[in-house]
Amino acid sequence: MMDGFGENLIMAFPFQGVDFVGFDSLLNDDERLSRDTARQFIEDNLIPVIEECNREGRFPRELVPQMGQLGFFGANLQGYGCAGMSNEEYGLVMQEFERGDSGVRSFVSVQSALVMYPIHAFGSEEQKDYWLPKMATGEKLGCFGLTEPDFGSNPGGMRTRADKSGDEYVLNGEKMWITSGTIADVSVVWARVYGDPDTKEGQVRGFLVENDRPGFSAYDVHGKWSLRASVTSGLSLQDVRVPAKNLLPKSDGLKSALSCLSQARYGIAWGAVGAAMSCYDTALRYSLLRKQFHDKPIASHQLVQDKLAWMITEISKAQLLVLQVGRLKDQNKAEFQHISMAKRNNVWMALECARLARDVLGANGITDDYPVMRHMMNLESVKTYEGTHDIHTLIIGQSVTGIPAY
Amino acid sequence: MKILVCIKQVPQKDAPLRLNEQGTWIRDDVSWETNEPDAYALEEALRQKEKHGGEVTALTAGPARAAQVLREALAKGADRAIHLEDDRFAQLDAGNTARAMAAAIAGENFDLIVTGLQSDDFGAAQTGVLLAEILGIPHATIIIGIEKAENGLKLKRELEAGHYQYIEMPMPAVLTIQSGINKLRYATLIGIKQAKTKPMRKVAWAEIEGKLSPHMQKIEKLYVPGSQKQTKKIEGPAAQAAKELVEYLKNEARAL
Ligand SMILES: Cc1cc2nc3c(=O)[nH]c(=O)nc-3n(C[C@H](O)[C@H](O)[C@H](O)COP(=O)(O)OP(=O)(O)OC[C@H]3O[C@@H](n4cnc5c(N)ncnc54)[C@H](O)[C@@H]3O)c2cc1C
Repeated sequence: MMDGFGENLIMAFPFQGVDFVGFDSLLNDDERLSRDTARQFIEDNLIPVIEECNREGRFPRELVPQMGQLGFFGANLQGYGCAGMSNEEYGLVMQEFERGDSGVRSFVSVQSALVMYPIHAFGSEEQKDYWLPKMATGEKLGCFGLTEPDFGSNPGGMRTRADKSGDEYVLNGEKMWITSGTIADVSVVWARVYGDPDTKEGQVRGFLVENDRPGFSAYDVHGKWSLRASVTSGLSLQDVRVPAKNLLPKSDGLKSALSCLSQARYGIAWGAVGAAMSCYDTALRYSLLRKQFHDKPIASHQLVQDKLAWMITEISKAQLLVLQVGRLKDQNKAEFQHISMAKRNNVWMALECARLARDVLGANGITDDYPVMRHMMNLESVKTYEGTHDIHTLIIGQSVTGIPAY
Repeated sequence: MKILVCIKQVPQKDAPLRLNEQGTWIRDDVSWETNEPDAYALEEALRQKEKHGGEVTALTAGPARAAQVLREALAKGADRAIHLEDDRFAQLDAGNTARAMAAAIAGENFDLIVTGLQSDDFGAAQTGVLLAEILGIPHATIIIGIEKAENGLKLKRELEAGHYQYIEMPMPAVLTIQSGINKLRYATLIGIKQAKTKPMRKVAWAEIEGKLSPHMQKIEKLYVPGSQKQTKKIEGPAAQAAKELVEYLKNEARAL
């Protein structure tokens, strides 16, 4: 506890958003309403428990049914019980979730963009009818298995295989760093297909693997310093037999998996803005109350103002960038390099904001009386997953030069 | 039950307010939200509809931006909305606001009209009461419990110092609702989408103007009170100083 005032005074005020350049005026009523609904939900339900969840390394699963009821899962998908939101509305919801916690936002991203989206885009009618309504309500949870112990940035090297055997596929392999692995009912597993007359030998395709199938096991990664309120797992598949109808029929090579990542990365670019807002908001309030030297708030020192000015400027730029990418996405004009730019820039700026905010809070910055250090540690994962910062540099580089540099 | 909810859009709680140039009201560039007691009135209307059937209509009087509170009401489950849309509606006194609303719902015959007990900005607590007078129907204020009875309503009113009053009254009626009467729901994302397709009737200033009376209220000047922090030191022996302190608290600070 600090001298003079407690964290309660600063954290007691509800979050009211960050808007320096009149960003809100670019939003329509529905966009604002979706954001405000998510903001209220997070303020009422996640903020009161998140520090404890983070300490204990616990995913707040008790919030899942209400998230489902409010329509937060698969919110930008059409039909099958999904809300059918625009990409901006969906993005603003992700922003508010990550203002709460990157781990909880990750959970929603995986459920929505990495599990429901591929079923929606590449699934059969039967798969969609069965899974999507149950996933929209949160009755069933999913995970996405692309990364392997030896293949992260280069998933094209994957070794997990699916051998056709009669009207079944037999899956073998290891997946690693899989969000929600041990709480999922179903995994979208990407594997190379062999012995299937309908598929080019060795081509990557997606499968729906129910997590209770014999030979399937999932275990949690322990000792994480990041995304502690989200479950991260390894998946092991040993002769797991799934019926042929569990293949996602329209999945066609690694590019199908990467298109899911585009969906998720877009949401992350919004989410990062939320984490940055939380850090900035905390630092601003703190700096106005905390006094050092001549009984003056630290906000009156130029070096502190420099940090605040940097943060609000970068947040404003990041908002505009991701809003434009969302507008492009609504018109089906968003390309992967646009999404890479938004993910790369926004996660980087959020991490920088977290570091600057941590400075502004001094010693208090390292405690979980404030959300800043939690965001900072979370964002280290966000910087790595869904294409590392540097991989997105290479994607943008290739886009402007035409030369791949991986 | 055919229920009307009157909702006002007010500046967000805790929003930093700045005065306009004339010093007659606040600047418009703040965040806006549904007046809190009105949100509870809406929730209560939706619950009554869910119990007894019927429909809920949401009404607001205010500029274009005020449509947002109607969108929210529709997203939460109201069936239709009425927007008295004009900047001038926001400047009416409580009497004229009530007259405008009464004119806009002429011929609608609602069984029940609910509204918050007061607005978070002006805090006059008059609009609901005056609306009842103009419509010539009974009203009750500060309601924290509503039950439908044989031929009317059973109500619980909040009085002062933890006392309650239980009353019965006939319908149609106007009730002004106290915050906390129920637990507010969130708008669902699907509800937000569906709200787009629900009917919203706009009422123009010209349709209403003739029904208004001369203004009874005008804000001449608003100002931010200057800070008046003063330190007074009472010196001398303790007994003497204590006496002086009590005198001061009694007569000057009027704290005792
Ligand atoms: C908390 C968490 C949750 C995750 N959830 C999921 C999930 O749900 N599903 C899933 O499939 N995966 C998930 N991942 C995995 C994540 O996508 C990978 O960690 C990521 O793709 C990076 O792979 P890697 O960790 O193997 O790092 P590597 O690929 O080994 O990269 C290490 C470093 O080398 C750099 N590098 C690699 N190649 C190049 C190159 N050609 N040029 C320059 N630099 C290069 C990288 O930028 C990075 O800095 C998750 C990861 C984390 C941390």
